Amino acid sequence: MNANEIRKDFPTLDQEVNGHPLVYLDNGATSQRPRAVIDEIKRFYEEDNSNVHRSVHTLGERATLLYEGAREKVADFIGAPGPRGLIFTKSATEALNLVAYAWGRHHLAPGDEVLISEMEHHSNIVSWQLACQDTGATIKAIPVDVDEGILEFDKLDGLLSNRTKVVAVTHVSNVLGTINPISEISARAHEVGAVVVCDGAQAAPHIPVNVVELGCDFYVGTGHKMCGPTGIGFVWGREEILEEMNPFHGGGEMILDVWMDRATYNELPYKFEAGTPPIAAAIGLGVAIDYLNDIGMKAVHDHEVELGKYAMQRLGEISGIKIFGPRDADRKGGLVSFSFEEIHAHDVGTILDTLGIAVRAGHHCAKPLMRKLGVPATTRASFYIYNTKDEVDRLHDGLLQVQKTMQGGLGL
Amino acid sequence: MSLEELYKEVILDHYRSPRNKGTLNEADIELHRDNPLCGDEIDLYVDIKDGKIAGVSFDGKGCSISQASISMMTEKLMGMSQEDAEGLANTFKAMMQGEDPQDEDSLGDLVALKGVQKYPVRIKCALLGWNTFLEGLKSYREKHGEPA
Repeated sequence: MNANEIRKDFPTLDQEVNGHPLVYLDNGATSQRPRAVIDEIKRFYEEDNSNVHRSVHTLGERATLLYEGAREKVADFIGAPGPRGLIFTKSATEALNLVAYAWGRHHLAPGDEVLISEMEHHSNIVSWQLACQDTGATIKAIPVDVDEGILEFDKLDGLLSNRTKVVAVTHVSNVLGTINPISEISARAHEVGAVVVCDGAQAAPHIPVNVVELGCDFYVGTGHKMCGPTGIGFVWGREEILEEMNPFHGGGEMILDVWMDRATYNELPYKFEAGTPPIAAAIGLGVAIDYLNDIGMKAVHDHEVELGKYAMQRLGEISGIKIFGPRDADRKGGLVSFSFEEIHAHDVGTILDTLGIAVRAGHHCAKPLMRKLGVPATTRASFYIYNTKDEVDRLHDGLLQVQKTMQGGLGL
Repeated sequence: MSLEELYKEVILDHYRSPRNKGTLNEADIELHRDNPLCGDEIDLYVDIKDGKIAGVSFDGKGCSISQASISMMTEKLMGMSQEDAEGLANTFKAMMQGEDPQDEDSLGDLVALKGVQKYPVRIKCALLGWNTFLEGLKSYREKHGEPA
């Protein structure tokens, strides 16, 4: 793949910020959208706009076909056995909450344990805390080996027991970039009868995903980190588990029949999609998936590994920098988190912005991990299909400027 | 916005060599506040004698904007009456919130922080010390029966 060619498909990238050509390295927060996605959303609103599943007229048919087509694309993309287990949500956060509410609140009891990890995003921590508060279950966490940037697997067997009802772990860490061995975790969790929830928000955009091979019971993702629009996420669940679960939200679409005192529920996946869904966003996500499939997810990952390696090498040349996460770029997604002893991440982020370089500076919605790393915040450069080695060089030079500014006068 | 416009030399000077850093033995106001989003934190100490600020110092860590703003604040507040200090804090807040206060000239060097306005998420870094001071002053007055 040729990142310089791919760049041309992304209108946002073609601009100057603060007098410099934009270097967009905040893809872990959200990716940019290719023109094909933007155009399809506009086209849908101008030509096919209608509600789905209830209108018998032509536009309603078109909208429904497109919406259900997007569901099939997402299901195929993550290797799901079929689209019935693929539920659209507004975000990965809502998807995790769906599992924690609709499954967790009916299956957890006092004495039960939820096993997460120390490298989870807040959405995969707090949603389980809420479920535990309501049910009397408790949370345990697989520790992170800070030096290696990986989970401490030798601790896993000691943490798993027949009290463990759920193991909820991220596929790729949004801070460290670590790719976790989900298939191994699933196998061990299933031995004790636990259900496995995998947060794929940072994985599905960057590496090939196959939920059958991963062996998980739920897999969660979001559209806007993978070239799609905001406002659309998804959870895939094993059909037999989804079938016996209660709905998440009540309303239109999710019912078969309603009386004043009761209701019967629609079949999968509609049982979990109350109300008018984000139709245009789902269709836009379908186009984003076509776009990524044209490149090929293996090629996407290879490109990011190459950029990640180059970034580790160039940033490693800077004195006083501390880089977090696995050293081996093959074992991680395309991102680098780092900090400087004497310079706050927000100063790094703001100075880079004045040079046209967009990075994330902060706690990355992972405060327990920040505490473990012993820093209030880190700076994160996260790459995608359109990033180049030249941009890594711009980041390297920008960081030298940060040090010069903060430590020794502007010297411009 | 350019690097030089935002990170003005006076800001960097206060960040690298903060003024009035440390604790005060006799403090009428002693308050710890932080900025949970970015991890800035300060401890502010103010000594009030005869209605005037007789001593002010701070301890803390965080980004250059928060620490420089607090350092500059301590220099400014020293010797001021409570009323003038409160007025200055409100003028500074008004400037940072994009209003054009008439008495902006009274801010002196603090005007250097005006560029932070362009970065809305960082305005609260610049305001951390000032909000802590106003909060501390309010409880001091309540405790001493003066009108808040």
